[in-house]
Amino acid sequence: MTANTKTELAAATGRNIMLRQALNEALAEEMRLDPKVFVMGLGVAERGGSYKVTVGLLDEFGPLRAIDTPISEPSFTGAAVGAAITGMRPVVEILFVDFSLLVLDQLVNQAAKFKFMTGGAGSVPMVLRTQGGVGNGLAAQHSQSLEAIFYHIPGLKLVVPSTPYDAKGLLKSAIRSDEPVVFMEHKLLYMVEGEVPAEQYLVELGKADVKRSGSDVTLIAWSNMIPRCLAAAEKLADEGIDAEVVDPRTLVPLDKDTIIESAKKTGNVVIVQEAVRRGGVASDIASIIQQEAFDYLDAPIKIIAGKNTPIPFNLELEKACVPQESDIILAVRSRVHDKG
Amino acid sequence: MYSKETLTKMYRTLYAIRTFETRCIKLYRQGLIRGYFHPYLGEEAIATGVCAALEERDYIVSTHRGHGHCIARGAEIKKMLAELLGKAAGYCNGRGGSMHIADFSTNNLGANGIVGAGIPLGVGAALGAKIRGEDRVAAIFFSDGAANNGVFAEAMNLAAIWDLAVILVLENNHYAVSTPIEQVSRSADLYKRGLGYGVESFAVDGNDILEVYQKTAAAAAKCRDGKGPILMEAKTYRHTGHHVNDPGQYMPKETLDYYKSKDPVKIGRNYLLKEAKASPEEVKRIEAAVEQELEEAVQFAVDSPAPSVEEFLLEVENA
Repeated sequence: MTANTKTELAAATGRNIMLRQALNEALAEEMRLDPKVFVMGLGVAERGGSYKVTVGLLDEFGPLRAIDTPISEPSFTGAAVGAAITGMRPVVEILFVDFSLLVLDQLVNQAAKFKFMTGGAGSVPMVLRTQGGVGNGLAAQHSQSLEAIFYHIPGLKLVVPSTPYDAKGLLKSAIRSDEPVVFMEHKLLYMVEGEVPAEQYLVELGKADVKRSGSDVTLIAWSNMIPRCLAAAEKLADEGIDAEVVDPRTLVPLDKDTIIESAKKTGNVVIVQEAVRRGGVASDIASIIQQEAFDYLDAPIKIIAGKNTPIPFNLELEKACVPQESDIILAVRSRVHDKG
Repeated sequence: MYSKETLTKMYRTLYAIRTFETRCIKLYRQGLIRGYFHPYLGEEAIATGVCAALEERDYIVSTHRGHGHCIARGAEIKKMLAELLGKAAGYCNGRGGSMHIADFSTNNLGANGIVGAGIPLGVGAALGAKIRGEDRVAAIFFSDGAANNGVFAEAMNLAAIWDLAVILVLENNHYAVSTPIEQVSRSADLYKRGLGYGVESFAVDGNDILEVYQKTAAAAAKCRDGKGPILMEAKTYRHTGHHVNDPGQYMPKETLDYYKSKDPVKIGRNYLLKEAKASPEEVKRIEAAVEQELEEAVQFAVDSPAPSVEEFLLEVENA
């Protein structure tokens, strides 16, 4: 079953689980369906993962399919690429997206290009699960939002889920994808609960979801900026501003149609990005909208994004680095009131 | 001890690699081959000996200096040449070139433009085979240069802790591009690095086809017996600079002369003549057949159409 928003809502049966459990279900279901799927990473087997996403997989699938690795990210990621080339479907966990910088050669020079370089003869059906984002005072080397790095590389798909429902359906689709997928989870979302149906379903890669319908302004965001935008939208509704919240869910492929349709409908766009402002995905989305929907816009596209700085340790300083609910509200107010 | 058939096959491969590289350098000089080209001249016995000792189901992982591995594994010469000329009929449809040829029909997982990067790929291939319960060895070719890359240590350790059927074939040609190994390693015996990881490790004369073959066959048997991985350092020397346009002036003449006196192709020919009692005429016939196949392949590649730019742009339009 592949679903869009309406059927997703209809399908949800009131079963609430945490995002990390939704991911765990996705892994277990796919491992049951396909003996070529296996997980590996630091502490994923015995310990069940630092964020408990891989709990129980060792017991059910054994040590050959739930593999604890040394702290050798470039090589175990490379081993996943090699296994994928030869027919397996590995799911690698890189504990923090910050550490994914260690594996860029294997991801960018090997996995992303392999199919292309071999004239389409080879393929790399692997998923690299990782976790990023700001939260909890983890400081500069454990708090980055690095999606723009992967967004830039042809040959990689990029998934940035915001809800348990999406996370589960998207991870299952990612595992079934014949191309390498970077699956970026947010550290603040693991314990967030949401409705997830008991029956199996997929969420197609490349389909945005309108998380809230509205007519005055389009908020485009992903990952942990989605709950923040939805909260801001509720407060804006009290002021009579009806905000639409669009969640692309996957940045590659990007559902341009849904984004452009919403921009045309509201004529006002605010893009909310946790990552640093410079060179971010928001800038690219803004350029796509202005190219496709310029005549429909009532005001320049507004981007609110992280400050161009490493993330500081102190919680108040940390908070000042990334868009907060109040920043989103202010940005929307200025857009809507300046319009015309 | 070795059948005439075995020695003939080995010599044929040695000679095929030698003539392929020599002919391609000419094509390069004529402007028919562009980009980077890293000749395997002088190292032919390693690829030939290792691949002769493997089974069809086994995997190999190659390097930027990969034509020899490809040929030794049984690749189609005409598809290789077409790729080197950037043609649609090449292994990679003209998208890959010299440094990116893979041939899945011979379980050759591909050359690599990044030194050392193939080592974990091969470990992963062996890991996958182990998960599937298949008896397959992965022979990973890499160089002395790659041995100074972190993934060598990491990936060897992964292969060791997971008891993988991996033969790490370290082709020590003494140069990382132009930097001599003595300058970048206190010990020139790189195989010793494996011992600290609990990996059975040894060196072989990489110019001696039979020594390479025997040691690989024994290593493969151990791997199939669950006693892998094994690190085999094959000592050798390039006959040329790093790539076609590198005259290799940093290579001392006396060292080069020494290794040329131990030319792997000559050694292979001598085995065929002396051990297998082949006549000089028989050897000539083998050589002539190789040369004829090569010339036909050159013609095929030259005559082949280039890839279509229009089709390419359509492919990438919505990527």
